[in-house]
Amino acid sequence: MGAVKQVVPADIGGESDVAMTGSGTARQGASLRKILPIVEGAVLVAALVAPLLLQDYLTVFATRVIILALFALSFDLVWGYAGIMSFGQALFFGSAGYGVALLARDLDITNIFLVLPAGTLIGLAFALLLGGFLLLGRHPSSVIFVSLGTLTGSYAADRLARGWYYLGGQNGIPSISPMTLGSYEFSEGSAFYYLVLGILVVVYLLCRFLVRSQFGLALAGLRENEQRIAFFGYKAQHLKAIIFAIGGAIAGLAGSLYAFHEGFVWPNMVGVVVSTQVVLYVLFGGSGTLIGAVIGTIIVEGVSFWLSDNYREIWPIILGLLLLLVILFRPLGLISFVLGERERVGSFGAGNKEKHDASP
Amino acid sequence: MPLLEAAGISKVFGKLTALDGAALTVGENEFHGLIGPNGSGKSTLMKCIAGAEVPTQGKVSFINTDITAFTPTERARAGMSLKFQITSVLPTLTLYDNILLALQAQSSLLDLVFSRTRGALHDEVMTMLTQFRLADRAFDAAAALSHGQQQWLEIAMALACKPKLLLLDEPTGGMSLEERRVTGELLQPIKQHCSLVIVEHDLDFIRDICDRLTVLDQGKVLASGTVSEIQANRSVQEIYLRRA
Repeated sequence: MGAVKQVVPADIGGESDVAMTGSGTARQGASLRKILPIVEGAVLVAALVAPLLLQDYLTVFATRVIILALFALSFDLVWGYAGIMSFGQALFFGSAGYGVALLARDLDITNIFLVLPAGTLIGLAFALLLGGFLLLGRHPSSVIFVSLGTLTGSYAADRLARGWYYLGGQNGIPSISPMTLGSYEFSEGSAFYYLVLGILVVVYLLCRFLVRSQFGLALAGLRENEQRIAFFGYKAQHLKAIIFAIGGAIAGLAGSLYAFHEGFVWPNMVGVVVSTQVVLYVLFGGSGTLIGAVIGTIIVEGVSFWLSDNYREIWPIILGLLLLLVILFRPLGLISFVLGERERVGSFGAGNKEKHDASP
Repeated sequence: MPLLEAAGISKVFGKLTALDGAALTVGENEFHGLIGPNGSGKSTLMKCIAGAEVPTQGKVSFINTDITAFTPTERARAGMSLKFQITSVLPTLTLYDNILLALQAQSSLLDLVFSRTRGALHDEVMTMLTQFRLADRAFDAAAALSHGQQQWLEIAMALACKPKLLLLDEPTGGMSLEERRVTGELLQPIKQHCSLVIVEHDLDFIRDICDRLTVLDQGKVLASGTVSEIQANRSVQEIYLRRA
């Protein structure tokens, strides 16, 4: 992914007699600098040193934020990249949380190599079920249908969790035993922080690989004009179901980490509030860029934390106004202050362009 | 055996009968023009063939297969490609990526995820862009193109799917005379491997590139035949005179 330095030579000879308006724009590529890797690197460095600088209780808070950032990635893939309006992303996050909590409570399974894959699979399975139902019709489903469908799913799960005694009803499942690796127990603190940071980095890199692949180009087509790519022969509904399921799996992974980190799960975790929260993280930071989702989560959570400390009564109003301002004036999120449209959308053939131009 | 055979196609929208038993037959490597006054059902017939609309009645066969109930995706995979009347290039993507998107449409999921066809398709992308005189804009966003160039890009994308039948709905809409001439030139070479159905208001353009014409009027076929047959046809002259 080196910097894009040169521009394709105009090798079409004398064919430019036809209205080639603004052919100078082709040269703009020459000054294109890659901002994204710099931002990603800076966030990573900040995340790596954070526990060294923060007090213990803040490291615990930071761990929670990193887990939520992982959750935000899942929504960003689904909405920011594939254009599927999932208003029920917490369904996968929370059901995985409940799933691992039950494993720990009823079967005494807390081994990290069992609970995290289990949580991921639960998220995946729920997303396949819901996605299959909402997205895999013979004809493409409307945005309204999908957003209301996911919202309803999340709401129904919330009500179900509240009413179901086995799941602890209103109180949820308290005091989940810690996640273990052999005899080592992961309790809140630096070790847990670096564990989730490591997981976030791995998942981030996988997502990055995916959205920059040719599959990512298909997703871009899906987001921009689903009908058009169906006429090319893409199985658009399948693509949507696949990315929705991947999103569900990541949300499930995040949910299981969250359950063990907090030590309890409660009905809100599957509900509409958390589903909306993740939408806000991504819109705030900048949907359609992976790092935007991470930054959005850090800032929204950070600001709420600070505001709730300092302006106890009115902080939700201040936060709401801030979010509104960003969404009104920066619909592409905070990342758009430093990131241009061209780099945000990306270029899927650029690497080969360099290879090709160097050879002749 | 014809490549495409649409027979008895009717399409009713509420109280409006857009098509009333229309038919269209296209042979291999044939350029077929679909003409008629405004509201005669040309675009609707096109959409029924491409799968954007489901006909109320009638049957569409393509390469000996009944495709009446096929989705657009299935039709595309069978070898049919459509350029919409309203240009629908993907504006934020580069021209290069627009073409690549169309070229890789039938790649397997694993090929897409691991970008296995990216290198192999590069030359094809550049060839198509060069063919349509867009190579020097390859890495600009499609939104930056002029209207005429967007139409070319869209034709290039429709061709990138390697169709056996290309459906063009008003390819020269909004183009200058010079751009129309070039469009005609760009379309000629595809005859070697592809048939064409073209809806167009510019009768000179149609006459220059088409082998056969079908004339629609009020949802029915008024006449169908070679260009000279149609030009000599009384009733065709009448409807055009009547409207003119």
